[in-house]
Amino acid sequence: MSVALFYLAAAITLISALMVITRHHPVHALLYLVVAQLASALIFFLLGAPFAAALEVLVYAGAVMVMFIFVIMMLNLGAATQEQEQRWLGPSMWLGPSVLVAALLAELLLVLNNSGLAAPSYVGPKALGTALFGPYMLAVELASMLLLAALVGAYHLSRPYLQRGAVAAQPPQTNTTKHSAPPHNQPHTSTQTATTEEAPV
Amino acid sequence: MNAPMLDHALLLAGMLFCIGLIGVLVRRNLLFMLLSLEIMLNAAALAFVVAGAAWQQADGQIMFILVLSLAGAEVALGLGLVIQLQRRCGSLDLDQLNRLRG
Amino acid sequence: MLNLLWLIPTLPLLSSLVLMLGAGRLSKNSIVICGVGSVGLAALIALSIAAGFNADDSYRQLLWHWFSVGTLSADFALYLDGLSLVMLMVVTGIGFLIHLYAAGYMYDDPDYARFFACMNLFLAAMLILTLADNLVLLYLGWEGVGLCSYLLIGFWYQDPANGMAARKAFVITRVGDTALAIGLFLLYRELGSLDIGTLMSGASERWPDGSSTATIAALLLLGGAVGKSAQLPLQSWLPDAMAGPTPVSALIHAATMVTAGVYLIARCHELFLLSPLAMTTVAVIGLLTLLLSGCSALVQTDIKRILAYSTISQIGYMFLALGVGAWSAAIFHLVTHAFFKALLFLSAGSVILALHHKQDIGDMGGLGRRMPFVFGCFLIGSACLAALPFTSGYFSKEPILAQAWEQAPLLWFGGALGALITALYSFRLIFVVFFGELRTEPHPVQRPGLVALKMPIALSLLALLALFGGTLELPLETVLPGVEIHPPLLIEAINTLIPILGVLACYSLYRLNPELLTRLKQLPGTSALRQFWRDGWGFDRLYDRCLRQPILWLARVNRNDIADQLSQGVAVCSRFSHQLLVEVQSGQIRWYASIMACGVVLLIGLGVLI
Repeated sequence: MSVALFYLAAAITLISALMVITRHHPVHALLYLVVAQLASALIFFLLGAPFAAALEVLVYAGAVMVMFIFVIMMLNLGAATQEQEQRWLGPSMWLGPSVLVAALLAELLLVLNNSGLAAPSYVGPKALGTALFGPYMLAVELASMLLLAALVGAYHLSRPYLQRGAVAAQPPQTNTTKHSAPPHNQPHTSTQTATTEEAPV
Repeated sequence: MNAPMLDHALLLAGMLFCIGLIGVLVRRNLLFMLLSLEIMLNAAALAFVVAGAAWQQADGQIMFILVLSLAGAEVALGLGLVIQLQRRCGSLDLDQLNRLRG
Repeated sequence: MLNLLWLIPTLPLLSSLVLMLGAGRLSKNSIVICGVGSVGLAALIALSIAAGFNADDSYRQLLWHWFSVGTLSADFALYLDGLSLVMLMVVTGIGFLIHLYAAGYMYDDPDYARFFACMNLFLAAMLILTLADNLVLLYLGWEGVGLCSYLLIGFWYQDPANGMAARKAFVITRVGDTALAIGLFLLYRELGSLDIGTLMSGASERWPDGSSTATIAALLLLGGAVGKSAQLPLQSWLPDAMAGPTPVSALIHAATMVTAGVYLIARCHELFLLSPLAMTTVAVIGLLTLLLSGCSALVQTDIKRILAYSTISQIGYMFLALGVGAWSAAIFHLVTHAFFKALLFLSAGSVILALHHKQDIGDMGGLGRRMPFVFGCFLIGSACLAALPFTSGYFSKEPILAQAWEQAPLLWFGGALGALITALYSFRLIFVVFFGELRTEPHPVQRPGLVALKMPIALSLLALLALFGGTLELPLETVLPGVEIHPPLLIEAINTLIPILGVLACYSLYRLNPELLTRLKQLPGTSALRQFWRDGWGFDRLYDRCLRQPILWLARVNRNDIADQLSQGVAVCSRFSHQLLVEVQSGQIRWYASIMACGVVLLIGLGVLI
């Protein structure tokens, strides 16, 4: 029973992944990715890793994909992107990478040809937690530092004005310490509109 | 009966990785490239979980957690970059970002 | 007195240094005192040494140890025996007289100091060459005189033609110098030393008569001598070297430098005696040269070029003498030739000065009545050149022709024919320049005070030497193998009469019936022949065609320097590969990702395969 389910889930994952990379509309691709991740979670479940399955759905499909959606909405990527993608993705584009990746796939097939592994067993959250607070405590701390770095970086990267020596997010008229005032500086009032300014770094 | 499942799961991870790789190499829009990158990370995480299940230990899932946090961090920063790119260049065309050539 | 030997080369050298350093600041008088005085002092020292010198003495003065490299060691050592004493006297004596003359001749020249600096340097180098104890030191002097010859031929460097002549002289003698250097290498390799005494005794012991090593070594030394002494085939630089001032032509290209080759062969006579082939080669070269250049001298129109070809011809006589084994006669002829050739050149210089630097004999004529003193000197010089009886030239040329008869009658015949031609061209010069109607008015140059006396004094002393130098006894018996020669009376008579015949023939052609001369000149083919002779038998054209054009063509082909291209190739390759690699860094993210994927595929592939 679980074997059939496994193959079904695997098929869904593969097909969804293929759809992700071939769609023209960003939201379509995104939604297919969510489907792929849900199917992946099912596979985790079948492999006896329920906690991993839960995390996949909660964090990956739940948080990360939502971030994607936020940005798509914020930048108002939609119809324009679809036309662009239609222009860019001709059939000739797929040839080279397909050959390369086919070679890689062949090698992986060769490498992954090992004898039968044991049957998967259930590893529950309790064992996971014990391991996390035990041998892998340092890894947890490191992961938290990584997330902190990502937090700071993300904050910094999304500031609208990045001028030399200037304070960001303030209208340029009130700040008299600006010595390089390019004429095309416009105050960034709304965060929803996609302004196309050439703000020098 | 269940014996080939892990093998095939690893194979699935490999194929997912390759599909993601094609996506990275082909797509010109930064957003889609990030999506393809997510597929690849997912494949790697799947491989880890399979390995953990093969050894019947928790280590695979722990690696999965770390990969997940990595993916989250990376997406955060990547999306920040997407925003910057959209603001500066008006489109998300990666081929415009070639000033480090030569 | 002998231990003052080292002063003889040193005094001119020091004077040259002083003149070079103080060129702009010294007055003309001090330049003369320095330049001429140093040579005079050296001549005095040489004279006093000669006075007390026994003919079979030999003296070696070690100045310092020059170098030892491996098994080769050379000292800065001066060696005096009869032969080098004779050369020493000639070089310093004639050198002094010519310097004295030049003090008057070059008085108006703005580069007075540079002239005397170069002349003194030349004299120092020549003296080192003469007194050298080993071949390395001789080579130093050899190169030094070559350098000074270049400096002095191109003395008036503002005219590029003079520079070309100087370069030509240098390059041609360089060919000879290379042969000499290779000869030195061979001698060192075979005999282990370059000390002349050791070499000669070693050669006589180690190499049998007629050995090929001795022949090759002798021929290489001959190559060097031929270059420096302007013999066939390296003779074409000497006529062009007349571009230098007349005292330079007198000193370097008549009396001293061009005789260095003769001196070298005489010094190494033991080596040459080991190889009959080399001796024959020397004689044949001498014979051919004297005939060829004699014919050329017959048709030249520039007074200095006539004398230049005459020099080449007379040195041919010296080579002929060396080749037939008349060593002392060759050196004696060297000495007398120095006397009368210097006299001729300096008298020609007076003529040139008086006619404001006109050198074509077509512009000259009838100067005998206007410049009697110069005419007298010229007459004495020409008489000695033609070897008229009882002049010094006669006493030196006789033994040569006699010994040539002993060796091979063909050589004698060539020598006698050469004597006839010599008489012809020397008296042709006299008759054209000093007789006949006046073509250009001579203006004897006015010089202040004592300067005016210098030139006549030098000329008179040289004239006396030329006239009576035939009575000199040279202390050469112990140094050079002597020969007792008694040729048949007929040969001696012919030798004596030929010059007189020549003079009479010349007189009749140029004075008595000049119409015969014009008719002879109009015979078919003679003008082409005369042009051929005037061009020096086409040697310049030959060298131009065979050597100069190919080398220039090669240089043009190799304009981009093929050897340099090889090392440039490294830069070109690296630039090319850089261009290739630059394409890799295109700045495109997808391109980078593709390359990474390729790398992964390759690595895994390697892992799979291996």
